[in-house]
Formats: sequence, structure tokens, C-alpha cells
Amino acid sequence: MNTATRVRLLVGKVGLDGHDRGAKIIARALRDAGFEVIYTGLHQTPEMVVAAALQEDVDGIGLSILSGAHNTIFPKITRLLQEKGSADIVVFGGGIVPEEDLPGLLRAGVKAIFTPGTTTRQVIDWVRANVTPRRRA
Amino acid sequence: MKSRGGRPTTLRRSERREWEERVLRPALAARPELRPDFTTVSDLPIERLYTAEDLEGWEATAKLGFPGEPPYTRGVHPTMYRGRLWTMRQFAGFGTAEDTNRRFRYLLEHGQTGLSVAFDLPTLMGRDSDDPLAEGEVGREGVAVATLADMEILFRGIPLGKVSTSMTINAPAAVFLALYLAVAEQQRVPFAALEGTIQNDILKEYIAQKEWIYPPIPSLRLITDMIAFCTERMPKWNTISISGYHIREAGSTAAQELAFTLADGIGYVQAALDAGLRVDDFAPRLSFFFNAHNDFFEEIAKLRAARRLWASIMRDRFQAQDPRSWMLRTHVQTAGCSLTAQQPYNNVVRVTLQALAAVLGGTQSLHANALDETLALPTEDSARLALRTQQIIAEESGVTNTIDPLAGSYFVESLTDRLEKAALDYIQRIDAMGGIVAAIEAGFPQREIAEASYRYQRQVDAGEKTVVGVNRHVEGDTLKVPLLKIGKDVERAQVERLRRTRAGRDAGRHAQALQALEAAARRPGNLMPPILDAIRAYASVGEICGTLKTVFGAYREGTVQL
Repeated sequence: MNTATRVRLLVGKVGLDGHDRGAKIIARALRDAGFEVIYTGLHQTPEMVVAAALQEDVDGIGLSILSGAHNTIFPKITRLLQEKGSADIVVFGGGIVPEEDLPGLLRAGVKAIFTPGTTTRQVIDWVRANVTPRRRA
Repeated sequence: MKSRGGRPTTLRRSERREWEERVLRPALAARPELRPDFTTVSDLPIERLYTAEDLEGWEATAKLGFPGEPPYTRGVHPTMYRGRLWTMRQFAGFGTAEDTNRRFRYLLEHGQTGLSVAFDLPTLMGRDSDDPLAEGEVGREGVAVATLADMEILFRGIPLGKVSTSMTINAPAAVFLALYLAVAEQQRVPFAALEGTIQNDILKEYIAQKEWIYPPIPSLRLITDMIAFCTERMPKWNTISISGYHIREAGSTAAQELAFTLADGIGYVQAALDAGLRVDDFAPRLSFFFNAHNDFFEEIAKLRAARRLWASIMRDRFQAQDPRSWMLRTHVQTAGCSLTAQQPYNNVVRVTLQALAAVLGGTQSLHANALDETLALPTEDSARLALRTQQIIAEESGVTNTIDPLAGSYFVESLTDRLEKAALDYIQRIDAMGGIVAAIEAGFPQREIAEASYRYQRQVDAGEKTVVGVNRHVEGDTLKVPLLKIGKDVERAQVERLRRTRAGRDAGRHAQALQALEAAARRPGNLMPPILDAIRAYASVGEICGTLKTVFGAYREGTVQL
């Protein structure tokens, strides 16, 4: 696989939530697994994340949310992507998300949510199977 | 074993070699040990057996002393839990001020002995509930407090002269101290009678928890202003809770938690001295906050080492004369990051062991996590079970009968020595960088923690470190536990009250107070009085922090290396 078709991912932290342990572990594990990974750093708005995703031309966005704001943030991101005509960017995430919130998030266009106890291997395997390069030469 | 002059003897080295040859070797040949290496959760190698050989040159007088005496390894009080149990202080806060006030009263009715306020993220970041970045986060991780109107409701019916209150707030800590003082004024409780703690530890925010507002230097000014104010007017108040908890939650090892926490402590003492304060005037009101993680003995050793190391730092490095300045008094919380969403009832057992380690380590105050805290904030039932866990340890287990029961254990003492040494090595490296602020600006503690957390996750993923229910003894179906839900109406109600408060306050007085605050921030002098005036004028947390930000600037984290 040449670099032009390597999957590019944006790992992000949205809102005021400063818990970045998981985001940094996932970003590093994905990078070590061979993906191109951009980490946004803390305290991003949904608009900033979407702008960065478009600018960096990524194939997937992984968000880590431990603040309880997942029901607000994820749908906002998927809506913004849709408005920009980039709904094909795969959105996934992880954090403290109660099971009963999962169906609503999936309906909003989030492709997968990883909850506490997920291994980095599970995330890597899922990304391999579900995120493909969307860029055309 | 022979006895000389009535004193217990130790086994000689030759006797150990003989045991190894005669007993151990055939046993290992018949059945090898389960793993080639045994390590703590922090990856510290642990030997098969500890004997007197591991404590060669170890002097009980210098290393242990007696309870209530330096170096305080055995505890800061002469009678420890025989005289007074630790404070059972369960952290609580969610939703609106009304919701949390109700939970506070419930906990007090069930025998809790101190309050501990959890604020929501916007509040922790010094932002009002209607700030655009606050959307979706109001009242979710703690209670939303934006003005004195919220604080009045939060403490309604709770006499501030009779409870001790801990407030977990850092970047906007000065504003929250002022809010508490303003409620005390309304209740006619003198400032000097107030008991409690404000976390007020910004350095660990840059290192681990990432809830900052201003850059380090003005942040330290606010902290030294608070220390000066409290030293003069609030003699029973702990001005700062120097926290390793969040450092550990961010993935550090036990030794890193110990090292970076004490390095932060050194940073605060130095800042206060630089601001012209006398060490023995303020040092007795510094307090600490550590994590109690899974590795039982490592955690006990960590707390014992912390007390011994702090005593030597305060006595030798800072030349404190008052023994109270040498004492490391601490709160402990069990490790939130150790809880699992899988088989959540297992968490009750984890918390019990962690809480027991905190008690055997000699803590002054304890929060035991609720079993559902990896999924949501605790429900009333799970919060009560966590409190009962503490009460069972305190009142049934018998561990409080004697002081520091593990002292003299070859293993515990050598582990205590090793953690002390590891922490001291880090502190020397940080000193060589020019102190903790320079080390933080260089990203040093942040990188060390990120490394450790990544290493641990790889070990869990590879099955080298066990997490029951996650990588061993796994079950298919997750057992469901009832969870606390925070509705969208919380944000709406909170924003509405904030707007009403803004509309109803004396606009002239409010504007004047904020102008005076800005002017005060631009010149030397204590900022607590102008902040208190702004609070009395019902200025919001966001307005006060915003005003200070125009003078102090905003902190931005450097590029994060993966």
C-alpha cells in the first residue's frame, strides 16, 4: 500500500473535557498500527474538528468524550459533515457512554462507540475493517 | 532462631542460602512459578521473598520514628484511628444546585462527616452555564455554579460553621473561595470558623487534568494571594490540596504520582516564599490528595513514603521550624481509572481493597468510589454502598485497632524506601530543569505520564497485566446497573437562573466591581478582596475569570507529542 492510499485519521477532544489519556493512547496505537493520525489537542469545538478534518482530508474522525456531552457533540459533528458534503468521513468514538445512548448515536450517523474496557487492538481492527481511503487521485 | 539478650534476631544470610538450596530449589524444579517476573501495577519488580537482608542499614528511628513525630512514616497523629477515624468524605455534585443540595443533605443524614463538592466542567473551566463551549456539559460531571445565587442554593440549610467542606476546583479557585465566604457572610458565620479545603492545585492541571484558564505565573499569583488571605483570616482552612490523584488517573505510575505531587508541593512553597510569606505561617495548612490504585502494598508504601519525604523536604530544604509544617496530611480517593464497565459489581471489591490500602497507608480522609462511576455519576444507592464500604472497614474489620500495622514488614519497608528513592530521583531531575514550572513548560511530566499510560495499556492488551472481567474471566453479557440520568432540563433551568440573576442584579455595582478587579489585577496586591466584592455584586464566575483573563492571558498547551 503506498502512502497515497493510507488511511488518514483525526483523533479529537471536543468541549471542555480534559480527560485525554484515552485519546492519546488511541492516537498512538493507531499510528503504531500504520495509520496516519492527526491529534487535535484539547478543547476543540465541533466546528474546529470538522474544519480540521476537511483541511487534512481525513477518512475518519475518532472522538473521545468522557464529559457526558456525547449526545450533544456527536450529532453536531455528523450534521456539520453532512452540511459540508463530507458525510462519507467515518465518525467513531469512545468514552463514558451509557449503553442506552448507543442507538441514538448510531442513528445520528456515528459508526461505532467503544466503551471502557475496549482494547487498542479492537479499535485498530475495527478501523481496518470500516475506514477506507476516500480520496481520489 | 537464637535469641540474644531478649531482642528478636534476624535470619543470617547463610541461613537463607541454605533454605534456597534445600527447600526452594526442589520446589521450583517440581513446580515453576506462574510467571518469570512479578511486578506491581506500576511495573516495579517484586522479589520472591523479602528478609532482613533487604533492610540492611535500615534504622527504625530515622525511617519510622513514632506516630505524630517526624518523619511521620507511621502517621501524623499520635493515636491515629484509635483517637479519630478518617473523615468519610464522598465527593458529590450533579445537575443543578437544588439537586446537589438534596444529595448533600442525604449523605449527611447517612453519617457522612464532611461535604465534598464536584462541579461541572464549565464551572471548573471558569465558564458560565450559557457559554457556547458549555453546551451539553452543564450539570453532567458535577453541579453547575455560575453566581452567588447558585451557591446560596447549594448550601441552603447546611450550617457552614458546623460542616467541613471540600471544593474540587482549581483554575477558578479564588472565585469559589469568595463564593463560599459570601454564603458564610449571609449565614453570619465568621471566616475564621470555616473548615474545609479548596483543591486550588493548578500545576497538576497543566500536568494531568487539563482544566486551566491562565498561564502558570499569574495562576501562581492567585494561589499565593489565597494562601496569604487564608493564613490571615481563615486559620482552619486548607488552602490547597496538592493532588496526585489526577496524575495517577492520567496514567502515571505510583512513583510518578508521588514524585510529581511533591514536586508541585515544592513549587507552591517556593512561590509563597517568593511572595514574601513565612514558611511556618502557611505550610501547616497545605494538604495533599493521593490516589489509591489496585496494587495494595505499593499504595500503602506510597503514602508512607510521601509523609517521610515531605517531612524532609519541609525541614531540610525549606528550613521550616514548626512540626506542623512537616506533616503531610492527605485525602485519598480510590482509583476511578481502575473501575470497569464490564461486570460492574466487581468494582465494589476493587474499591474495598483500595480503600483498605488508603487506611493502612494512614490517610486523614477518604472517598470510596461507587461501583457505577465508570459509567455515570453515582446513583443514591451506589453512593450509599461506597460510604458503607468505608464504614465496614472502619467499624468491623479491626484494622483501626493499632497504628501503622505494617511497619517493620521487610517487604513494606523496602517498598517504602524504593518509592521514596524513585520520587527523590524525579525531584532532582525537575530541580535540574529549573523547577516544576519549567519542567511543565518543557512537557516533561506530561511525557513521562503518557509513556507510562501507553505502556500499561499495551500490557493490558497483551494480557501481561490482568484486569478481571476485561482480559481475564470475561463474560459475554454485561450486567446492567441502574444509572443516574441528567436530563436536558438541567441545562435549561440553570441557564434560565443565570439570566434572571444577571437581570436582577445592581448593574452599576456589578460593573464597578469588575472594573476594580481588573485594575487590581494590573498591580501588585491581594486579589481576594476585589474578587469577593465582585461575587457580592453577583458577578458570574465567567465574568470574573474573563476579566482576569484580559489581564493574565489564556494558557495554551504546546503541541502534544504522541
